[in-house]
Amino acid sequence: MRLHEYQAKQVFADAGIPTPASQLAETVDQAVDAAEEIGYPVAIKAQVHVGGRGKAGGIKLVEDKAEAEEAAEAILGMDLKGYHVSKVLVEEAVDFVNELYVGVTMDRGEGRPVAMVSTKGGVNIEEVAEEDPDAIAREHIDPAFGMHPFQARKVVYEAGVDREVANDVASVLTTLYQLWDDRDGADTEINPLMITADDEVIAADAVMNIDGDALFRQPEIAEMGEEAAEGDELEQKADEYGFDYVRLSGNVGIIGNGAGLVMTTLDLVDYYGGEPANFLDVGGGAKADRIANALDMVFSDDNVDSVVFNIFGGITRGDEVANGINQALEQFDEIPKPVTVRLAGTNAEEGMEILNEDLVTVEHTLEDAVQRAVEYAKEVEA
Amino acid sequence: MSVLVDENTRVVVQGITGGEGKFHTEQMLEYGTNVVAGAVPGRGGQEVAGVPVYDTVQQAAREEDANAAVVFVPPAFAGDACFEALDARGIDLVVAITEGIPTQDMARVYRKLQETDTHLVGPNCPGVITPGVAKLGILPGNIFSSGNVGLVSRSGTLTYQVVDNLTNRGIGQSTAIGIGGDPIIGTDFIGALEQFEADPDTHAVVMCGEIGGEDEEEAARYIGEHMDTPVAGFIAGRTAPPGKRMGHAGAIVSGSGTGTAQSKITALEDNGVPVGDTPEEVADHVEDLL
Repeated sequence: MRLHEYQAKQVFADAGIPTPASQLAETVDQAVDAAEEIGYPVAIKAQVHVGGRGKAGGIKLVEDKAEAEEAAEAILGMDLKGYHVSKVLVEEAVDFVNELYVGVTMDRGEGRPVAMVSTKGGVNIEEVAEEDPDAIAREHIDPAFGMHPFQARKVVYEAGVDREVANDVASVLTTLYQLWDDRDGADTEINPLMITADDEVIAADAVMNIDGDALFRQPEIAEMGEEAAEGDELEQKADEYGFDYVRLSGNVGIIGNGAGLVMTTLDLVDYYGGEPANFLDVGGGAKADRIANALDMVFSDDNVDSVVFNIFGGITRGDEVANGINQALEQFDEIPKPVTVRLAGTNAEEGMEILNEDLVTVEHTLEDAVQRAVEYAKEVEA
Repeated sequence: MSVLVDENTRVVVQGITGGEGKFHTEQMLEYGTNVVAGAVPGRGGQEVAGVPVYDTVQQAAREEDANAAVVFVPPAFAGDACFEALDARGIDLVVAITEGIPTQDMARVYRKLQETDTHLVGPNCPGVITPGVAKLGILPGNIFSSGNVGLVSRSGTLTYQVVDNLTNRGIGQSTAIGIGGDPIIGTDFIGALEQFEADPDTHAVVMCGEIGGEDEEEAARYIGEHMDTPVAGFIAGRTAPPGKRMGHAGAIVSGSGTGTAQSKITALEDNGVPVGDTPEEVADHVEDLL
């Protein structure tokens, strides 16, 4: 779960990391008032979960009231890479001489957290990581002990940070690690961490991604997350239903249980000449109403011409699934899109007997089911 | 023969009094698994499905000679349950079924694991099965058949699918290991492949991977350098768009071309592993390898 910049900055500032003066605004008037109060120049920054906001026109530097008005009007309400901008952060423009990158994340390969510092801040750090990996100094942290102060210093010196500010940068990094640790961070980053002519260190951006599985013990963050939710209407609906769901560009709707099997179903749709419309994993042990919700999700996507159900029961039971499918379809006078079902595993035979074959097409193998669904989609298209 | 699990495996079920714990204990017993104890704090002295319950894993291990633990504990407490099992004397296999354990908890468990000789399988996995002998976890026993093909997979339901394709054409399995789809897991592909390589009765191995991370690429190199037992592969997620998370925490394609299905397939093929386009094709490859 990702926080907005203004939320992450609040968390950082509360922990003692210096941030620029800033105010959140939802209208042009609020934005101009904020700019006047903070004093020019200020940056007006769209609050959406999109990388490269600056390049896309979502961040503007303004020198006076007229410019502030113009920028706020342009940014508020704009569509930024598919996200509607409803809030801007109005922020003191920091006069800097250097920009750093500092971050803490989980290194999956090592199974340990890693702290990173680079003097190539202010740019896309993923690109730096790829083109010039040596430009990022890294230090792995033993999660049993946390980050020792010497480790923070070590990675800061290794990155080549100026010695005048090295202690302050190390202190920011130590705080950042502590936040990552305390708040169940997935990634916490500051890019750029600005260095001023007076050797002040200021977090000009703030990224905080939280482990969604740990929100039960992070109630404050979970509350912020509700406010931060945004994106595709269907994806929000999937969140409400608690599905792993990804919308794709094709027309064959796919519902299955278990990420690996659902991905395999997507791949087979492609293999047999169709195009997947979505990834929808109902998860383990789904009961009838959950199955009905999944169908509702996929039916409400206008791009879908045909639906394939692929369930291989382990913990999930075929009879429950069949009841859910019947239950969902019986409410229609006419089935909106053809549904093909393949059930295997736990209670699959019982499920096959329960399924109403007036409402769905039953297939016995994965391959047959996918091919049938692809055929249906092509018929609708033709 | 088999790996990790055999007729000497004596299981303690952590969380045996919960819905999942009880149901799957019954399933495991029905399959013939030697479930000798349960462990739930505060429930010592009770019985579930005829199995005695202890307050701690250590008591269960001591009183009932348990040597393996299966974790059915809810996510908030599952990290602690793994620690308890790793800390208990005599337990040399821990299978963690629980999905949704916070990653930082698993990082600490993983750290502890490095100090022990215990095998951890999972979390967020279907478990381990040696067909006809024992299953530890939630795998549907009836689709498996006994034989000489080892199977290792990051995905539970994909394991079932591939096993079904194998069983349907009369190819039995020595052991199937679901290693789980989380970013931090105990036994990884290489750990499982090492076990299969050392098992004289495993004549071929199926490895089912998916997009995300670089575990499959590393496993491919391991196969090329260290394995005589032939391996067939399958990779899920060829059609996944970059940057989107597909269910499993690990199943995300980074924008830069690492962790993609193609990079994994290429790595496997470069190391002599035939990769099926479909689960049925994987079974074809296994038939050729045997």
